[in-house]
Amino acid sequence: MFPRPIQKSSPVAQWVYTIALPVALILWLFPLLGVALTSLRPASDLAQGNYFGMPSGIAWENYVFIFTKTPIGKYMVNSLWVTIPTVIGAVSLSLMTGFALAVYGFRANILVFFMFVAGNFVPFQILMVPVRDMTLNLGMYNTWYGLALFHIAFQTGFCTLFMRNFIKALPFELIEAARVEGVSEWRIFWYIVLPLMRPAIAALSVLVFTFIWNDFFWATVLTQGVDSQPITAGLSSLNGQWIAQWHLVSAGSILAALPPVAMFFLMQKHFIAGLTLGAVK
Amino acid sequence: MAEAASTPRRWTQRTVAPWLFLAPGLFMFTVYVLWPIVESVTLSFYDWNGLYDRDGNFTGRFVGMGNYRELMTDPAFTTSLWNNLKWLVLYMLALPAGLFIAIFLNQTVRGIRLYKSLFFFPFVISQVVVGLIFSWFYAPNFGLFYKLIESITGKGVAVLADPNLVTYGIIAAGLWPQIAYVMILYLTGLNNVAPDQIEAARLDGAKGWRMLWYVVLPQLRPATFIAVIVTVIGALRSFDLVSIMTNGGPFGSSRVLSYYMFEMALGEYGFRMGYGAAIAVVLFAIMMIFISGFIWKMWRDERER
Repeated sequence: MFPRPIQKSSPVAQWVYTIALPVALILWLFPLLGVALTSLRPASDLAQGNYFGMPSGIAWENYVFIFTKTPIGKYMVNSLWVTIPTVIGAVSLSLMTGFALAVYGFRANILVFFMFVAGNFVPFQILMVPVRDMTLNLGMYNTWYGLALFHIAFQTGFCTLFMRNFIKALPFELIEAARVEGVSEWRIFWYIVLPLMRPAIAALSVLVFTFIWNDFFWATVLTQGVDSQPITAGLSSLNGQWIAQWHLVSAGSILAALPPVAMFFLMQKHFIAGLTLGAVK
Repeated sequence: MAEAASTPRRWTQRTVAPWLFLAPGLFMFTVYVLWPIVESVTLSFYDWNGLYDRDGNFTGRFVGMGNYRELMTDPAFTTSLWNNLKWLVLYMLALPAGLFIAIFLNQTVRGIRLYKSLFFFPFVISQVVVGLIFSWFYAPNFGLFYKLIESITGKGVAVLADPNLVTYGIIAAGLWPQIAYVMILYLTGLNNVAPDQIEAARLDGAKGWRMLWYVVLPQLRPATFIAVIVTVIGALRSFDLVSIMTNGGPFGSSRVLSYYMFEMALGEYGFRMGYGAAIAVVLFAIMMIFISGFIWKMWRDERER
């Protein structure tokens, strides 16, 4: 193990380490903690210049305010309407593409695979004008499905990479044996491979959820207005209206951050498996 | 073909099946990713305001290399390109920083799992939120950073209003989640470093830096590779933070290519789709250098299997 386990060091070193851990964490999360505290600070404190001192009270009303006086609730619902179909769509499509690329040795295999991988890394801006134009022409501008369809397509690149590597690592004898028995290819996919894919599906679902929930660029390009804007774009436009009302900006930020954070804590193991691309085993 | 004759049904099923499985995904990917790339490249040779005439015909005018020639003399483009370079170079700091935190956290003491998750936090939250958090952190007169500098030097610095500092301020905000990402890659990597090699090296008297450099880092190469790739991509995708924190200002000094492209094509400067597409092509070309490297490495690994 590297570094040497702290238990083997002197008691002083162990003591220093125990202190250093929480101190480092607080320093690391300092900006976030500051915002979390500001979101609960009464507006009057800020007006009097009391930014860091003892708050005069805990102001849950900041949160009540943004929920009742701004469309933040609607923005969050919009986000879910984009995020959940994207997760389902991208995971389903990539299960099939991943299966095709992992199991069959056809000639264009590696080419198709690299195309998905490369496409996943292109800058969004090279897609922006044509995708926006197409979405407009199909009458899907400013709708949840217009945004979700793009996300499904784009995320399929990354998800295919992940699924294909995952299926490649499964014991191929299972598939061979089924083929000898004369099981059709679709049934092999459905009854043999799919049940083994649960960890991969979980990992990708959390990851795609977070990516899409946090997406700002496409939300800006493909939607506008309260009807369909997701929380990231919504928060940005609210920020424009709340000039320097930091108690509101903070409360909004904390709310926008909550769902992915909750997702991460619930599904931590899967989340990390997904992020390391399954490549760092 | 002889094989086909002996088992005709299965032969066809196994040749057709992969394409049927690929069809939906490939279709979506072609429509939304591959084809738009071709269209953008084509569009970069046109002057187009994004509109169609009454009959639905494209109204663009072919200008050949005109957009690219204009880019050469556009100071805003030079600024953006230069800033992109700063992003790329400084973002690489995420590697040593992430490795450092990973080594710091790679212990088995009580509650360490929770510490690791909390250190990872910045990556999970949206860049929009990160941008807002750092705007507040840098805010003149009361921001924590402003206060800190004021208490040290006696005079606060409004980072986001200073054309010379603004890009560095935004990069620092971007590094926060990026370091967290790299940290998690290295933590996973450290978990799999072969313990016997470490012990053997320890018996040979290797410690500290030498151990890290000669024994541990070589074993972390797969993690380092992925870390470099995601960091480069992160640096070149830097749209969200610029948009949230400064809108490219002050005086356009914090623009990057991704943001400038958006400004030209959809921003207040009007709908210069062709010019925007040309900027996007330049960004794409830069990214392609790294993508090719990644694909080349993957191809080599595939062949070794």
